[in-house]
Amino acid sequence: MQKKKLSIFLVLMLTVSAILAACGGGSSNSSDSGQTSDNGGGENNVLNLTETQDIPSMDSSLATDVVSFDTLNSVMEGLYRLGEDDEAVEGMAEGEPQISEDGKTWTIKLRDANWSNGEPVTANDFVFAWRKTLNPDTAAEYAYIMYDLKNAAAVNAGEMAPEELGVKALDEKTLEIQLENPVPYFKELLTFATFYPQNEAYVTEQGDQFGLEANTVLYNGPFTMTEWKHEDQFVLQKNPEYWDAENVQLETVNTKIVKDTQTDVNLYESGELDSVKLSAEFVDKYKEEEGFHTVKEASVFFLRLNQSSNEVLKNADARKAIAMGFDKTGITDSLLNNGSVPANYLVPSEFVQGPDGKDFRETAGSYLETDQAVAAEHWAKAKEALGQDTVELELLSYDDDVSKKITEYLKEQLETNLEGLKVNIKLQPFKQKLDLESSMNYEASLAGWGPDYPDPMTFIDMFVTDGAHNQSGYSNPQVDKLVQDAKTTLLTDEQARWDALVEAEKLMLEDAAFAPVYQRARAYLTKPAVEGVLYHKFGANFSLKWTSVTR
Amino acid sequence: MVKYTLKRLFYMVLTLFIIATITFFLMKLLPGSPLTNQERLSPEQQELILDKYGLNDPLPIQYVNYMTNLLKGDLGLSFQYDNRPVAQMIAERIGPSAELGFQAIVFGTIVGIILGLIAALKHNTIWDYTATTIAVLGISVPSFVFAGLLQYYFGVEWQWFPVASWEGFEYTILPTLSLSVFVIATVARYMRSELLEVLNSDYIMLARAKGVSAPVIMVKHALRNALIPIITLLGPLAVNIMTGSLVIERIFAIPGIGEQFVRSINTNDYTVIMGITLFYSVLFIAVVFIVDILYGIIDPRIRVSGGDRK
Repeated sequence: MQKKKLSIFLVLMLTVSAILAACGGGSSNSSDSGQTSDNGGGENNVLNLTETQDIPSMDSSLATDVVSFDTLNSVMEGLYRLGEDDEAVEGMAEGEPQISEDGKTWTIKLRDANWSNGEPVTANDFVFAWRKTLNPDTAAEYAYIMYDLKNAAAVNAGEMAPEELGVKALDEKTLEIQLENPVPYFKELLTFATFYPQNEAYVTEQGDQFGLEANTVLYNGPFTMTEWKHEDQFVLQKNPEYWDAENVQLETVNTKIVKDTQTDVNLYESGELDSVKLSAEFVDKYKEEEGFHTVKEASVFFLRLNQSSNEVLKNADARKAIAMGFDKTGITDSLLNNGSVPANYLVPSEFVQGPDGKDFRETAGSYLETDQAVAAEHWAKAKEALGQDTVELELLSYDDDVSKKITEYLKEQLETNLEGLKVNIKLQPFKQKLDLESSMNYEASLAGWGPDYPDPMTFIDMFVTDGAHNQSGYSNPQVDKLVQDAKTTLLTDEQARWDALVEAEKLMLEDAAFAPVYQRARAYLTKPAVEGVLYHKFGANFSLKWTSVTR
Repeated sequence: MVKYTLKRLFYMVLTLFIIATITFFLMKLLPGSPLTNQERLSPEQQELILDKYGLNDPLPIQYVNYMTNLLKGDLGLSFQYDNRPVAQMIAERIGPSAELGFQAIVFGTIVGIILGLIAALKHNTIWDYTATTIAVLGISVPSFVFAGLLQYYFGVEWQWFPVASWEGFEYTILPTLSLSVFVIATVARYMRSELLEVLNSDYIMLARAKGVSAPVIMVKHALRNALIPIITLLGPLAVNIMTGSLVIERIFAIPGIGEQFVRSINTNDYTVIMGITLFYSVLFIAVVFIVDILYGIIDPRIRVSGGDRK
């Protein structure tokens, strides 16, 4: 009886659906549904991925987010590109750059390479794109990443004409770059999307349409974008014009926009996807599955401790007590569960190597490790110095699920381990939280930071006195001095500079300028058929140039 | 009728103007800027960019600028999706949402009416209880639960339908079903109670006494009267559903407008917030107007300005 009713119901639903299909017609039929069919998963060298949002920008001058960077990294190429272990390998540049004695002038030869319309890539394409990015009219949010170029800051502020920027085309295939200061990591920096070339004639011709559709961008990378249905999916195809096309094995990359992890997993289960990023709740289920792997990011999360207005946090003992008073593994192993590791540092591990070839973390120490007994001692001292028995502290955080869980955990841990402490949680939407932090209208706050360029400085100069991202009132003249030296006088002495950065990190952690919490990782489930995806720690998340799919 | 329509039109424009104004100023109260890279920029760099977009101007000036552009039909460019025209974004996103919504409304209404009819005609039998239970379930269980179950069983387990995304009619079936559950439940509930009331009223008794056949009573007298509340209900419900469901669009990876709207608010994408709010308002106002006119067609007693037709 029940079954019969159900089947009648189903038949009814289907009938009505079919009728609707016939009269609806709708927009979906006009799109080419045949091409990217769901059994595309069966072919060799066809890769099916998802991103959690549509590409905000295909204009390399304007791109700021990781989805844009990922896509641009596949379809465009700068002078160099990130290869294995985040090393810069040849891109549009042929061979190594010629660097002047003082390290401030770089001369780079371009190879014979073409845009996807067959036009050659010239030195002027770089000059044009870089001037465009720094032109204040472009309002590029990543313009500051180019501030190492001579006159860049002045051009960006509108004080100098874009023509005065320190980059010029010596001839069609030779680019000369002038820097304000020698930059030890400049070759890697050149792999960043903001440094990509743009074809002047093409960009001018497209006008305000440039970068908005698949066919209003020129490509010079391993792939070209052949289809872009906004908020829905985009398709990359191997670029026959690419100079190194013989080493590119993937023929097609289909990327769907899927915002929900459960949906991602369901698509993976049904064979339509080759790789999914897992959130914590799915890790346990798939941990043992073939193809489960984690990728460490160069993002470090820490507690900002506002030392400018909060009497308690002005006290170094109180800060140390907080920094050492909670078990970090509870967060990384239970709450995140995705390969994240406890952080007893600011500069992430497996991020950069010194002149000696050693990871920064091998040279630098480990600080503020969890130690409840020592934390309690510091706490007792702090309470005595403050003359208070009970202390209330407000803990600010983002309002997403993960941050919420971490914040609740921190409250529980700190209240248990530090007697007399009461933590009040304040969850705020992303933008609101940023505002509260930059106006220093908070007490403690869970924050994260990822690198802009492959050098410890991108983390360390955050905490110089009155730095734009300090946002905690922390000030140590010794740290300021070391950072200043590392940015100027020590630039030509790599080892001394490296030592200065190690020392600066040590000083701020000994001061407990902030309380490090964890270094983030991502957990993936990837079909064994997929090989050669390179994951990166800065700029784009991954490279597909050397990827293959053999089913 | 003409005078009435003109008057309504005037009020519609006025309403729209008020909505635009209130939204504009409320939106500016949102903390933060629309810059996507906000946490990385120093205050000076932020100023440079905000200046360029005119976001450092005093609010009244920004308001006048926006309204002037709006009058010219220019909704501006998105911040989140660099330089993409807002009008184009709305046009692209509304298609899938409207298609799903339309299917869900039509399907939901038909099934809802049938369920309601069965429940009312077989009052206090097992049929009635079954229908009522379905209706209560449909109202109280959130649609993402249905969506999740449908996706898992029909998509992953049995592979009858695609799991997600937007590539043709078969991709619309599961999201349509998930969306229509609420419609079915709502319509069925109203249908049942209205029909019961109508069937017990004097004029139906009179018709029966006069020997009018049951089907004629049903269609000509009972159904027609019972439909009035449904129509009142359906207008706003249709707008609600056709303007996109955040949850369903997320779960089935549909490039719709509901998700876009929430996202624009989270990212302070001012122009998109304004654009979509105004678009929703226009739709809503128009539908309310149409519903008012439909009343007159179904039930002459509530024809708005009476007079002219008699």
